[in-house]
Amino acid sequence: MVRSICPYCAVGCGQKVFVKDERVVQIEGDRDSPISRGRLCPKGAASAGYVNSPLREQKVKYRPPHGTEWQELELETAMDMIAERVIGTREESWEDVNGDGQPLRRTLGFAVLGGATLDSEENYLIKKFFSAAGAVSIENQARI
Amino acid sequence: MGSNMAEQHPVGFQWVIEAKERGARVMHVDPRFTRTSAMADLHAPIRPGTDIAFLGGVINYILQGQREFGDYVRHYTNARVIIKPEFRDTEDLDGIFSGFVPEDRAYMVSSWGYAGTDGELTAGKKEQTGDVSGDASHGAHGMKLERGDPPEEDWTLQDPNCVFQILKRHYARYTPELVEQITGVKRERFLEIAETLCANSGRERTGAICYAVGWTHHTTGVQIIRAASIVQLLLGNIGRPGGGILALRGHANIQGSTDIPTLYDILPGYIPMPHPDSEDDFDRFVELNGPDTGAWGDLKSYAASMLKAWWGDAATPANGFAYHYLPRVDGDHSHYPMMLRMLDRKTTGFIVMGQNPVVGSANSKLQRRALANLDWLVVRDTVEIETAAFWYDSPDIESGEMRTEEIGTEVFFLPAAAHTEKDGSFTNTQRLLQWHFKAVEPREDCRSELWFAYHLGRRIRAKLASSIDPKDRPILDLTWDYPTRGPHEEPDAEAVLQEINGRHADGSFVSRYQELRDDGSTTCGSWIHAGVYADGVNQAARKKPHTEQNWIAPNWGWAWPGNRHILYNRASADPDGRPWSQRKRYVWWSEEEGRWHSLGDAPDFEPDKAPGYQPPEGAKGMEAIKGSSPFILHPDGLGWLYAAQGLVDGPLPTHYEPQESPVRNRLYGQQANPTRQEFHRPENPYNPSAGQPGAEVFPFVLGTYRLTEHHTAGGMSRTVAHLAELQPELFCEVSPQLAAERGLEHGGWATIVSSRAAIEARVMVTERVVPLRVDDRIVHQVGLPYHWGRKGLVTGDSANELLPLVLDKNVHISEYKVSTCDIRPGRRPRGPALARFVADYRRRAGLEPS
Amino acid sequence: MSEPLEINVWPGSYGAAAKPRMGFFTDTSICIGCKACEVACKEWNQIPASPQQGFTGHSYDNTVDLGADTWRHVAFIEQRKPVGLDSAGGSLVDAAALHQLIDETGLGTYQEGDGLRWLMASDVCKHCTNAACLEVCPTGALFRTEFDTVVVQEDVCNGCGYCVPACPFGVLDQREEDGRVWKCTLCYDRLKDDKEPACAQACPTNSIQFGELTDLRERADRRLNKLTEAGAEHAQLYLAGDEDGIGGAGAFFLLLDEPEVYGLPPDPVDTTDDLGSIWGAAGIAAAALAGGLLAAFARGRP
Repeated sequence: MVRSICPYCAVGCGQKVFVKDERVVQIEGDRDSPISRGRLCPKGAASAGYVNSPLREQKVKYRPPHGTEWQELELETAMDMIAERVIGTREESWEDVNGDGQPLRRTLGFAVLGGATLDSEENYLIKKFFSAAGAVSIENQARI
Repeated sequence: MGSNMAEQHPVGFQWVIEAKERGARVMHVDPRFTRTSAMADLHAPIRPGTDIAFLGGVINYILQGQREFGDYVRHYTNARVIIKPEFRDTEDLDGIFSGFVPEDRAYMVSSWGYAGTDGELTAGKKEQTGDVSGDASHGAHGMKLERGDPPEEDWTLQDPNCVFQILKRHYARYTPELVEQITGVKRERFLEIAETLCANSGRERTGAICYAVGWTHHTTGVQIIRAASIVQLLLGNIGRPGGGILALRGHANIQGSTDIPTLYDILPGYIPMPHPDSEDDFDRFVELNGPDTGAWGDLKSYAASMLKAWWGDAATPANGFAYHYLPRVDGDHSHYPMMLRMLDRKTTGFIVMGQNPVVGSANSKLQRRALANLDWLVVRDTVEIETAAFWYDSPDIESGEMRTEEIGTEVFFLPAAAHTEKDGSFTNTQRLLQWHFKAVEPREDCRSELWFAYHLGRRIRAKLASSIDPKDRPILDLTWDYPTRGPHEEPDAEAVLQEINGRHADGSFVSRYQELRDDGSTTCGSWIHAGVYADGVNQAARKKPHTEQNWIAPNWGWAWPGNRHILYNRASADPDGRPWSQRKRYVWWSEEEGRWHSLGDAPDFEPDKAPGYQPPEGAKGMEAIKGSSPFILHPDGLGWLYAAQGLVDGPLPTHYEPQESPVRNRLYGQQANPTRQEFHRPENPYNPSAGQPGAEVFPFVLGTYRLTEHHTAGGMSRTVAHLAELQPELFCEVSPQLAAERGLEHGGWATIVSSRAAIEARVMVTERVVPLRVDDRIVHQVGLPYHWGRKGLVTGDSANELLPLVLDKNVHISEYKVSTCDIRPGRRPRGPALARFVADYRRRAGLEPS
Repeated sequence: MSEPLEINVWPGSYGAAAKPRMGFFTDTSICIGCKACEVACKEWNQIPASPQQGFTGHSYDNTVDLGADTWRHVAFIEQRKPVGLDSAGGSLVDAAALHQLIDETGLGTYQEGDGLRWLMASDVCKHCTNAACLEVCPTGALFRTEFDTVVVQEDVCNGCGYCVPACPFGVLDQREEDGRVWKCTLCYDRLKDDKEPACAQACPTNSIQFGELTDLRERADRRLNKLTEAGAEHAQLYLAGDEDGIGGAGAFFLLLDEPEVYGLPPDPVDTTDDLGSIWGAAGIAAAALAGGLLAAFARGRP
């Protein structure tokens, strides 16, 4: 049994995740939690169904420009291609100073969206790295 | 108000039920009768978008009846502060405040200031282009006050220019009759609510207000919340147990992703992103953004420690801690302007992680068009969401408005790990960080975002390793050496948390933000999180059972800052440090021990600052906060009834109609919020409002909302069989009267139309939706949950297809909760006929030439 | 059926292994209609999703009824009793016309009406003291446990379906694929593990309470008294005693209105005692038509 937190809303209910043979077999409320006292809503109660959903994708999919179907792609290859895209777009769209000669040191050429479903540690690395790369358009669900 | 807690936060709602069983009165003000209303003692149906009129009425009720908590208001709020004589109220200027520059649709805010303060507050020019970001937007941090004292005060609250009297005049016309005329809430019902609030406040009692996106999704969203804060400050309900304004947030870590932001305008811990005006001068940045007094008075320590965490040895006192490595913000680069840049092909790359803008964001067609103009798109999610599939499966493909072969976007879909497949923390809606542990390894190509960000960064650093280009230095000098483990080389999330917490020069962990220094001797990724790894222990992972501690549960997880559970809790004691009452005691001063005690919470105050403490001459930072001033984040330590700065649309909440409304503003000639951000372009037409030609084409109020059984844009619920079956189809909720008027049949189909799109939904005729009498007319509402899309086990049209982009300029949030529409029986047209159908509506409304 | 099967009797058959009778008290006055019970039940018991019903129009209920794939079911009943609405005969169009009239004549508007009520209630197998299903089961697949609950053993059930019409509540149901009968086990496997049933553990507001039946009945009496004192005049306990036609139930309810309003039979009887008064599904539907706007969400409406 592994202790977790519900991935749906921001109440933050405690979850107990039961694992058998490297597979999640049951997720239920954590009675120790002062937030939830072991209770879950329908979404929280469906968490095992979510992590085991047959609709979950397990392989990278790639669609070339103007392509009409998904193609297979190795994860390593995809990561390398994405790194190239980031570097290339950043290079093309770099703004060093504004019209008054003040520093900008940024790119608006690419944008990053999402964060409210991610962990804080993940958001930290996203903000840290992309800011260092000069990206400014970094946004998440807080505005929707 | 603005929250449907029983449906959206069911497990949190257990505490409301428990309070109710112990005698609390639960009142629900909401356009629809929801599952929350069903559990409330009282429900008041309100016309969407009129919450400020309602709350303004409550404020007026309090002030006219002298029902405010006098001692609290005098000592703890800025009621006594004198405002500059040149300030003019909306009551004087027919709906606008002084300083408005019509051609910029922006305010010069200097006339709003405290009398005797410097008026050099930025607004004006920078806002012209929708820019309220960077230095300019953070005036709230920036007010400069000598010793934290407002220069002119009147403790009798009688001076006509004091905040208390301004407040009184501002809301004098918000009478029960006017509330009824604007909001549709009957005056008797309104009075019952106002009286109940007053009767349950004071020394012995407290009341809480819960809100959610029902308040934020408006062009007046921030001001609605401000209005609630005025109510709660007047009634003495902030900083006390059972009080407060509780934001009920919708995603597991939406609070955390604001605190450690993936947002364009702030850095971790709400430190503003730098503006070009500060050049490369770190001290100038601090000067522009930080006040001298209050907790923000130590901004330099917080920012220097963050820069040290990011750039390590490359960040030195001599180079301003590499401050110049940060990119600069000089405009609105938030979500919607970001999408518009894509539409204009100025932004050509896009990485989306765990978000589904094609379903979740307003004006879905505009979102898809933006994606279709990209060079490359990366979507990371657990399932193939609509945003990943837009190029082959969308309403536009179906209608022939887009063709797959013509879309040039290169799309990468990368499968993501679920919460059970990674370690990390979520911050819940109470600022409580809770750690979740990995239970199983992610399968195949599934990876965490921690893995993605780390390894993408590692690759880019490797590719640029030999670069001598100065713009690559920030990437190459970045501290980016996290330990990895397991078969996928997963970075250690706890190591990231340690960096967020921060360290002293000797490598030991920082235990509180007060230890941070501005000389480079400390690192801290996010100052408000300093202490989350105190004593080398992951405090967020603490799981002491609630049965083994009191109701505050300080040993479960960790609340930022400093494990304080109720913010501003110094206000739970009177100015002398005694509890306001034994019944409501929470934090109090012990004269014998010379320190603050509490029921179990950490005092949100300096632990040994006596109630009688007066700041010495020249005091800065927390030293400048009096022993009787609980609101330590403000430079004056006071709760702001009147916000002299920090907001772009006025110091006081004022009723404006929504962007799209069938009703004229009854209070002022100014119809809608004059500073709202509109985007006039062909992809984003606005339905005409009352008084404009064509308004009758879209006669009904449209509201969107969520259901218990689904989650946001549906990627985590429409894909789960046991949830999908519970709400399998999009439906619209209409009253029997509207159904009769439009011939809508219960269980049948309806087509809902705006100038942006037409969608179809099953019809739910229900008396839970009521027509409201507003002035002398009946306003009908159409309600639509928004969770559906074209992927998943259950599919349907998306409600967000119908909505326009129009933003509250303070925070750039769109007005999802109210717009206008038409509704007619039957299913929508298919194929090319759909676009013609919508275009015909636009022509009839005069939005397109016929 | 050559010889009658031996039927377990509680507590006698279990001797020292007998446990106290366990049950559910479902307090519908604090049910928020979230359906966590439906989902938690299906997750734990690995029940497939129900046959796709689509949008039913029964208020927020799209799983419709208890069945082989729905062992907890939340009913939603929208009620309004403003001036003379009952005389409108429950038709929505009539009701709308009446309200139009009310608006025009100034008799009242919606904002003034407090008559709107949205009842929500989680239904479940009653685990009857005199369980007809168990009595008619020819294979012994249905049996009485040491907790005095009634459970189907799926590996014994042969799908004969005799129990289906026998149940006075319409709880038992056969799965289409194999014809076997499935219903609430009161989480027999969890009980043996000393854990409470999945639905009760999940329930956010504690509307579903699990425990020893004697304790639950006392708790229910106190709760009813409190509600009655607070003015809930139609609040009542349903199946809380031993005096009804099924000899009492392991799962009983606190309702805010008459049982018929929730689609529950007012006087259930052990059908093996009197086969002439089976409360069939048709009867439930007919009774459901009785109350106010409920008609809008009655079964069979297009």
